Amino acid sequence: MDSAIRLRGVVKRFGPITAVGGLDLDVPLGTCVGLLGPNGAGKSTTMKALTAQVIADEGELEVLGFRLPEDSKQARAAMGVVPQLDNLDVSLTVEQNLLVFAHLYRVPAAERKEAIDRALVTANLTGRREAKVDQLSGGMRRRLLITRALLHQPRLVLLDEPTVGLDPQVRQELWALIDRLRSEGVSILMSTHYIEEAERLCDNVTIMSHGKAVAVGAPSELIAEHAGPEALEVYGPPARLTEVEGIARSRGWRTRRTGTSVAILHANGGDPSLEGERRVTNLEDVFVLLTGEEIN
Amino acid sequence: MALAPAAEPRRLGRLERAALQGVMVREVVNYSSFWRSSTFSSTVDPTIYLLAFGFGFGSLVSSVAGYSYIDFVGTGIVATTVLFSGAFPAMYSTFVKYEFQHTYDAILAAPVDTEELVTGEGLWIAARTGVYGCVPMLVAVAFGLDPSWGMLLVPFIAGLAGLGWAFFGIFIAAKSKAIESFSYWQSGLLTPMFLVAGTFFPIDRLPTWAQIAANVNPLYHCVELVRHAVFGFEGWADIGHLAFLITFALVAWRLAIKFMERKLIL
Repeated sequence: MDSAIRLRGVVKRFGPITAVGGLDLDVPLGTCVGLLGPNGAGKSTTMKALTAQVIADEGELEVLGFRLPEDSKQARAAMGVVPQLDNLDVSLTVEQNLLVFAHLYRVPAAERKEAIDRALVTANLTGRREAKVDQLSGGMRRRLLITRALLHQPRLVLLDEPTVGLDPQVRQELWALIDRLRSEGVSILMSTHYIEEAERLCDNVTIMSHGKAVAVGAPSELIAEHAGPEALEVYGPPARLTEVEGIARSRGWRTRRTGTSVAILHANGGDPSLEGERRVTNLEDVFVLLTGEEIN
Repeated sequence: MALAPAAEPRRLGRLERAALQGVMVREVVNYSSFWRSSTFSSTVDPTIYLLAFGFGFGSLVSSVAGYSYIDFVGTGIVATTVLFSGAFPAMYSTFVKYEFQHTYDAILAAPVDTEELVTGEGLWIAARTGVYGCVPMLVAVAFGLDPSWGMLLVPFIAGLAGLGWAFFGIFIAAKSKAIESFSYWQSGLLTPMFLVAGTFFPIDRLPTWAQIAANVNPLYHCVELVRHAVFGFEGWADIGHLAFLITFALVAWRLAIKFMERKLIL
């Protein structure tokens, strides 16, 4: 087994809607893979299929060498899942929440106390052991949600939009936590629509659009391939921006609107009639080009 | 991986002890934070019925179906408690955990299947119901119901009936898209069953159709079994009541699992 997750041709339909339409996805052991896509691209359905809470209509799914859905329970015993929606028991204390999941994740009785103590340290919640969950801040709750999924020292962790709705500072704390997991050799699949998150944390990303993978690779490779080394950011009033887009199109360059500017990609030689700021391209450029979000 | 075991790990089976235990531990730990309100509603309601009917009817009639009225209602009341502490908590807690707390998402992401989830929750409610079921009966003892050895069987009868009602409550929650739908089940099914169970008045004076209806009412079989446990068993009739309760629990169990799977696994 060299893949923590291996999906081939996965299809899931809900009535007339095809949520996932022939998805291939690989998470090599010990790597962190980001699943990127706009809302409705099929990320959440894919994440649910990995725990057999969604049963695929077609395709092959393998998690930690176990075939899904038949052997999903074994797979779940060896992985941890951090859901997008906070589903902690709010009337219980931090420690009680962890105790319940130490049982659900089958941590042997003799190791439970140690596992809970370790989880509290990981989440930096040792001082809040006795606090009820509804007294915790949003960031603390999210750290508890993550550490709850690590009680049984899983080999694979699924993170579904781990930092959605959090302050930038809290987000960075969580990034440090996820990065530490990765450095410990845990395989990670993380769905997100924060591009920066994927760029910082992921060895590889799969960009999804309309239920399919439209690009797969390391962030730097995808940027080089789809966006080129530099982008020219041209600012101006809306009429000027439309004009700029026309010029770029006539030269065969790809553009994206970002509110107050037009970013021109692959414009290495430049054009004397275009003045703007040169900047390094990023994964967001790739994302926007490939998923069509924000493109006129 | 050098450390990988030579043989494939054992395939995890159905209804594993570890999974059931995990689900029940979650319930027990949560119960520690709301046991007061739960115990209050599950035992005070039936006790009020007991006192109201005991004093109200008891002053009009001295004996019913060969029993003194306090004996009659003091044993029959167990079934009311079973309904209040079995079906209703199962309905509401299942719906809230599914709809508002997303608890089942978390549990099913751990190595627990829907079958184990439903079974664990049902067993826990049944255990609670077995204990709660005795409370109004003990109140009746204070008002003149004579204690008997057979009363020691009552927690088990209440627990068995409670198991069926817990699963039936989970089934209702699984069938309901909104919590408002509970009104149909409560007014249309549970309230009539609660009244026509032989708890407060005997069913043999009712019209034939109502007697037939009572015979398919699990509460009626619970009432009869409890009464006979306290005052003396009646042979095959009681084996029939017991068989009915076991069948009810089994059917409700499978229905609850089937409809919860439909709701939880897409």
